[in-house]
Amino acid sequence: MHSEYMLSMYSDSTTVCLDGKTTKEIKLSLYTDIGGEAAVNAAVDIFYRKVLKDDRINRFFEGVDMDKQAAKQKAFLTMAFGGPHNYTGEDMRRGHAHLVAQGLNDSHFDAVMEHIGATLTELNVPANLIAQAAAIAESTRKDVLGK
Amino acid sequence: MAKVIYGGQSYECGSDSVLDCLTARGVPIPSSCRSGVCQTCLMRAVSGEVPAQAQAGLKPTLAMQNYFLACSCHPQGDIEVALPEAGINRLAAEVVSVERLKPDILGIKLNPSRKFEYRAGQFLNLYRDESTSRSYSLASVPVMDESLAIHVRRVPNGLVSGWLFENLKAGDRIEISEAAGDCFYAPGNPDQDIMLIGTGTGLAPLYGIVRDALQSGHRGRLCLYHGSYDVYGFYMVEELRKLESLYPNFSYRPCVSEGDAPEGYAKGMVHEAALAEHPDLSGWRVFLCGNPLMVNAAKKQTFFAGASMREIFADPF
Repeated sequence: MHSEYMLSMYSDSTTVCLDGKTTKEIKLSLYTDIGGEAAVNAAVDIFYRKVLKDDRINRFFEGVDMDKQAAKQKAFLTMAFGGPHNYTGEDMRRGHAHLVAQGLNDSHFDAVMEHIGATLTELNVPANLIAQAAAIAESTRKDVLGK
Repeated sequence: MAKVIYGGQSYECGSDSVLDCLTARGVPIPSSCRSGVCQTCLMRAVSGEVPAQAQAGLKPTLAMQNYFLACSCHPQGDIEVALPEAGINRLAAEVVSVERLKPDILGIKLNPSRKFEYRAGQFLNLYRDESTSRSYSLASVPVMDESLAIHVRRVPNGLVSGWLFENLKAGDRIEISEAAGDCFYAPGNPDQDIMLIGTGTGLAPLYGIVRDALQSGHRGRLCLYHGSYDVYGFYMVEELRKLESLYPNFSYRPCVSEGDAPEGYAKGMVHEAALAEHPDLSGWRVFLCGNPLMVNAAKKQTFFAGASMREIFADPF
């Protein structure tokens, strides 16, 4: 019943890369290297504070239940850190469609990317791992923005 | 083979998750990440064993009430489950006493007609009739108090509070619900500092939580801030001052938002006064109860002041 997820670019699909590792293996190793769930727990408060304090984007979070939002941020960071998730491109589109209707665009996505980088820098994550996480987050751009 | 019981129906689960088991049979259960993180598929076990994995990452107050994530719950035995908003059971209760704590606040004590499990700070619904009920928070502590205690503020034209003020007397029988809510003291981390901020009858759950924490042997600071428009809005001051003298780690600070603040009172919005005196809440646990405008503003401000989102417990009413 979940066959459609296997086609998604974010799912742990088993495309074999040049060095012989699957994308799934590469992502799981990133997740382990970054520090797994403990790293996500440490990151989510820092990241969510940055997002809520940022006047460029915080209007998209007005009136949203903060507990539920923090859990969603955690799921998003888990995905960006290469951790286990089952989000599909379609999920990303559906989940952000109401924000796109309110004007969510590339500049807002850039701001979020900035905060992911700054959060990981604050947690002393090495630059090469930050770049990998940023690349995963970046790969959701088209779907998040409904393009 | 494990069965999942939901809405009176029984479903063979096999090795599936509760989420997959139910959605595959066309039962609509909200979900999003399906990886045990986003908490969209939060459900509650009515009976049966919840595997520990299904509660990973949940607030302890939710886990203690048998909440779990359906996507990561692979039950070993039969389990009866419900969505979080599913109705809670009702029961009868006898009114033990009705006391005017202030001209516009009643302290009501109730004896439930059967076993009543709750935590200080949770709320119950009180029914005037089938379709009219209001939620009130519990100021009593199970191991300390024989009866349930609630505080009712008289709301102008209030259907339930008006009825209680006019009619309720000791010996009456009324309908209440079982206790619910996740704004309560979970044991553990006894050296953690705790900030409690409330307005009006938001004092009721906070008073319960404070006494629950103290009787559990909590050693960290417990800083209670109670906000009111003026000095006439405060109640239970004597009890709180007495607690202060008994427990050096507990402090009580009344806060006046309008007009002059006499000696010993803080001035301004209660959450701003609390944050002015404790600007860094990193590592603190936070409880916020009462006026929704205050609670929502305080949630954000205490989070900005360093409290982790997982450590902030709120009950706006």
